[in-house]
Amino acid sequence: MGHTMAEKILATKCGRPEVFPGEFINARVDLVLASELSGVVAIEEFEKIRGARVFDPDKVVLVMDHFTPNKDIKSAEIVKRCKEFARKHGVRFYDVGRAGIQHILLPEKGLVSPGDLIAGADSHTCTYGFLAAFGTGIGSTDAAAAMALGEMWLKVPETVLIEYHGAPPPWVGGKDIILRTIGELGVDGARYQAMEMTGDALQHLSMADRFSMANMAIEAGAKTGLIPADEKTEAFLAARGARPGFVCRSDPDAEFAARYEFDISQFEPYIAVPYLPENVKPVSELAGLEIDQVVIGMCTNGNLEDLRAAASLLKGRKVHPRVRAIIIPGSQQVYLDALREGLLEIFIEADCAVSTPTCGPCLGGHMGVLAAGERCVSTSNRNFRGRMGHPTSEVYLANPYVAAASAIAGAIASPVDVLQGAEAL
Amino acid sequence: MTHFPDIVSHAVLLPEDDVDTDQIIPARFLKVVDKRGLGEALFADWRYRRDGTPDPEFALNRPQAQGAQILLAGRNFGCGSSREHAAWALRGWGLRAVIAPSFADIFRGNALKNGLLPVQIQDEDHQRLVALVQREPAARFTVDLTAQLLVPPAGDPLPFPIDPFSKRCLLEGMDPLTYLLSLEPRIQQYEARHEHTQSA
Repeated sequence: MGHTMAEKILATKCGRPEVFPGEFINARVDLVLASELSGVVAIEEFEKIRGARVFDPDKVVLVMDHFTPNKDIKSAEIVKRCKEFARKHGVRFYDVGRAGIQHILLPEKGLVSPGDLIAGADSHTCTYGFLAAFGTGIGSTDAAAAMALGEMWLKVPETVLIEYHGAPPPWVGGKDIILRTIGELGVDGARYQAMEMTGDALQHLSMADRFSMANMAIEAGAKTGLIPADEKTEAFLAARGARPGFVCRSDPDAEFAARYEFDISQFEPYIAVPYLPENVKPVSELAGLEIDQVVIGMCTNGNLEDLRAAASLLKGRKVHPRVRAIIIPGSQQVYLDALREGLLEIFIEADCAVSTPTCGPCLGGHMGVLAAGERCVSTSNRNFRGRMGHPTSEVYLANPYVAAASAIAGAIASPVDVLQGAEAL
Repeated sequence: MTHFPDIVSHAVLLPEDDVDTDQIIPARFLKVVDKRGLGEALFADWRYRRDGTPDPEFALNRPQAQGAQILLAGRNFGCGSSREHAAWALRGWGLRAVIAPSFADIFRGNALKNGLLPVQIQDEDHQRLVALVQREPAARFTVDLTAQLLVPPAGDPLPFPIDPFSKRCLLEGMDPLTYLLSLEPRIQQYEARHEHTQSA
């Protein structure tokens, strides 16, 4: 019997010729990752081990990104504690000015390669599947153990195979593909399972598209989201000085827990309505719904390609007077690239606020928290009740084209509406 | 962490499906450096009214919920963010077990490391228990971790799964780190031998 990508990667990490779904293994990790919020508690736990050293300072990464630049005294104290720990143990530490949102930052720094096992105290660690790496979310206690041991204990997951065919129509990107997929699978459709996303459609999808897709695998409950590496992956890695890694594919006779197929040429821009990412509808069904805020960027759509998409519509137009529009590049590098390309000028001339990289508004932290009853179109990944602020506020998840179009229209709108000048209401 | 004795308790009913960890503990409460003291913030946005007073209608605030050690929840409990704070908040309120037809993966792992037992039962059994607690809020359940059985007040005991390592850690009141610390004498023995080998 053949094996899936997930099984092959995990087999290499526990030094066995093969592993099977359901087996518990101790696997070597290539990176242990935490933000300031999850990291600070991991540090407290870690320091309980007398004389403990991290297993490899190069493979432990702390990224200050959730409530940074520090939003209040408590946040500042937490970052300070992380910084002290990083200095003491010599681990990789990224703070304001040198950082970004962890999932955009690490691949950019060349720290992620295909076949890596990455244990991150952040649920969106599944993002690294866009580089064919097995990234998975853990808690702070597990992160502490992984920092000490360089190992994690996990159950080998079954794999759900999702094959995408065809080329995406205009205005449809990785975000729409993953939203539609979650809409079909449901928020627990891939619970405890690896989601492998493959098919001929990949040749039409940029690394940024793939990033959005793997990023939201957790929104279907998946342990990880894996996209097989190809020449685009290789080019991405080479440009960032990353190791070529361990490249593998699922065997033709591998066993999958389920298979899904989608013809993405039939897709249209989608939007996930409150309060679950599985509540997916075509944008056209919601057109005209008035909004108060738009946030473009953060991790799910915080890559340069995403900002270009938003800028292509915002260029020469204005954000509707009713709307606050906030642009959050995913990292310092994305910010700089966007600046050099003139994208930031486009945003500012369109009346957008451009923020330093931060997870801030996505989890209701800062830089765009919503008041009671306010409605936001966001390119982030979660629309849970109260996620971005007041419990009665509403978050609608969409791609950057739809978010930009909605900002201009002052209401949920498709890019076509904006291009036709049908500025709603 | 404390040992895990049999739990004998009534259950708080919160049968909504897909309760995510942002509901269990909103992000604004995550600015803590240790695991204690989050019980007050558990389900903060559901539990308190706008003036900060408890909403008497919310399940955890009802008189019959007080002292409960068991939460009877819905499907896919604990989905979303990996924040371990969710498990700490549930523990902080006094809960020792959550019964549900399914749990989100990361939450389940976090719960097991913090003395909170996820008790996964079949859908039809779950529906029956929900109906029972709706009828009789004071109905008492026993959770026997050693036997891996949930014993309702009437009817057959319901078996639930748990991996052997997590079970041992819970029964002995250890998390993976205290487990490691318990191995310290063996590590030192090994180190001593290793030192000897090097000097030889």
